[in-house]
Amino acid sequence: MEGMSDPLDLLDLDSLLTDDEKAIRAAARQVCADAVDPYVMQWYEQGDLPAARELAREFGKVGLLGMHLEGYGCAGLGSVDYGLACLELEASDSGIRSLVSVQGSLAMFAIWRFGSEDHKQEWLPRMAAGEAIGCFGLTEPDHGSDPASMRARARRDGEDWVINGSKTWITNGSIADVAVVWANAGEEHGGIRGFVVPTRTRGFTAHKIHHKMSLRASVTSELTFEDLRLPADAVLPDVRGLKGPLACLSEARYGIVWGSLGAARSSLDAARRYSKERVQFDRPIGGFQLTQAKLAAMATELQLGQLLALHLGRRKDTVGLRPEQVSVGKYNNVTKALEICRTARTILGANGVSGEWPVMRHANNLESVLTYEGTVEMHTLVIGQALTGESAFR
Amino acid sequence: MNIVVCVKYVPDAQSDRSFRDSDRTVDRDGVDGLLSELDEYAVEEALKIVEAAGEGEVTVLTVGPEAAANAIKKALQMGADRGVHVEDEAIHGSDAAATSLVLAEAVRKATGGTPELVMTGMSSTDGVMGVVPAMLAERLGLPQVTYASELTVGEGTVTIRRDGDTASETIEASLPALVSVTDQINEPRYPSFKGIMAAKKKPVEQWGLADLGIDTSQVGLDAAWTSVVSVTKRPPRAQGQIVADEGDGGSRLAEFLAGQKFI
Ligand SMILES: Cc1cc2nc3c(=O)[nH]c(=O)nc-3n(C[C@H](O)[C@H](O)[C@H](O)COP(=O)(O)OP(=O)(O)OC[C@H]3O[C@@H](n4cnc5c(N)ncnc54)[C@H](O)[C@@H]3O)c2cc1C
Repeated sequence: MEGMSDPLDLLDLDSLLTDDEKAIRAAARQVCADAVDPYVMQWYEQGDLPAARELAREFGKVGLLGMHLEGYGCAGLGSVDYGLACLELEASDSGIRSLVSVQGSLAMFAIWRFGSEDHKQEWLPRMAAGEAIGCFGLTEPDHGSDPASMRARARRDGEDWVINGSKTWITNGSIADVAVVWANAGEEHGGIRGFVVPTRTRGFTAHKIHHKMSLRASVTSELTFEDLRLPADAVLPDVRGLKGPLACLSEARYGIVWGSLGAARSSLDAARRYSKERVQFDRPIGGFQLTQAKLAAMATELQLGQLLALHLGRRKDTVGLRPEQVSVGKYNNVTKALEICRTARTILGANGVSGEWPVMRHANNLESVLTYEGTVEMHTLVIGQALTGESAFR
Repeated sequence: MNIVVCVKYVPDAQSDRSFRDSDRTVDRDGVDGLLSELDEYAVEEALKIVEAAGEGEVTVLTVGPEAAANAIKKALQMGADRGVHVEDEAIHGSDAAATSLVLAEAVRKATGGTPELVMTGMSSTDGVMGVVPAMLAERLGLPQVTYASELTVGEGTVTIRRDGDTASETIEASLPALVSVTDQINEPRYPSFKGIMAAKKKPVEQWGLADLGIDTSQVGLDAAWTSVVSVTKRPPRAQGQIVADEGDGGSRLAEFLAGQKFI
């Protein structure tokens, strides 16, 4: 092969992508470069996402929201397209990728896969256009990794459903127009059921969680349901039990397998450039073997992660993925991405802790990514179970 | 209204650009190319006109090497309806006059001889001469209204605003006409994912000089009225001037700025 290698793609993995996939990626990058990159540091510092609605509309115009779903105004693209877009979004900020993941893979996916035709008609086109924002309420204050034991209850009252309980750590919670809420409806009604809840409904309140040190350019909230009364048709008709929310999580986790590498790529890029310009002891720090060892390890892990993501993406579109395969992806890529961002931080020295550079923001963000959508420990145990046949969860 | 937008495929200004030693034309090998940014404004404006009218077609036309198909593709992804790519070995090295000749014949052929509206950017981002629009209007016998920062299509007319240093002019021309637009006229859209997928099914015609009835002797390096005799790389930037403040820092800064005609 002739020519110089791209420092961010030493292995020419781009050659494994189709022209269309590259065009989708370029479009995602362009909207991020214009609508996110110039402002994201400020949002992060503010600990808020005041532009969430404008952003959602911009993303909607491009087709980013629910892009891997068919019909109802969604772009109907493949899993690799979706992964590439997640990577570009997260190269800007994990919080922004989270907005898109929760919208598309959790809230929209739940409605698209398990909702009634009315649910789909009412919500999906508006959500695809970014005119309506969705959230997904599974985690509770006392029930995180073990959602099966959730306390939120849905009981029947005549034809209606009445929900009581609370959810916490809910991305987009206080900016959402619609919440997909999971609650226990009792054995006679199929156990855990999903509900499509317009957030204006009486009995629904959302409070923003403050003092986050991670994912600051993202809105995270606590939801409370006090005698939240919903009509009979608010329930997602096509799923019963924990497999409902788990199917949605599997979609979103797949996006994270790619997304986390965006944060890593951005950090590697910053560190590599910095290492060429920063001079100490009369030479660029990139000339020191210790720095090169760091860069070599970062670049190698990044590319291995990309190969893994691409492999999972191609399988997802052809034969589908087993849960432990998604676990391998999330377990490896988020862990390695976090390591890359932290190492990049050291190469930048004191500048590494500054918000003028993206690396510490990325590293801090990935702390959330390591925990949500199944903690790294839970994914380890899923892989362990696949290897031994023994469940170590309980 | 049917609109033809002339677009150019240019080397990415972000990358290292150089000239070929052999004929002192732009070296395109190993340099990424793209749709000239200034032409995106023309594509956007054409799309807006057709969308507002609710009828009509936007055709994008480019003259350039094989890779120039990418410029057409981008415009189709933005929403243009069809593309015309004129490609011929003999065109290499053509000057603005020859380029406008090829464009004019291609516009005629694409529109059956009678274009309704021809649009261009205000100049390319590589050559930056900005003369092709005027030459093309002349060859097509169309009124030319150039450097439009605002455009309205009326009954049989097109009205533009052209912003000068001292005044803004409002100019009206009868249709058919040629309009070149500035980067102030709009905010070009991104190609949407749907646009990207739809572009694959849009027709792109490939024409050579023979299809346009142009003799190869009329174009290319040999036919150019001007030629690049030599090329010298711009010397690396010299270090800036440092003014040490010895009480007179302010006035020395002012002197410097006045000397450079900044104030
Ligand atoms: C910024 C952010 C946004 C979020 N957005 C959403 C959202 O939109 N919707 C939503 O529903 N949730 C969301 N979450 C919640 C997230 O999914 C949970 O935090 C996660 O599932 C872990 O639950 P927990 O925090 O209660 O931790 P716990 O489950 O209490 O875990 C604490 C620790 O114990 C470990 N642990 C638990 N059980 C075991 C075991 N059996 N074996 C070994 N170790 C174990 C965990 O791995 C972890 O290290 C978000 C979280 C964050 C931080």
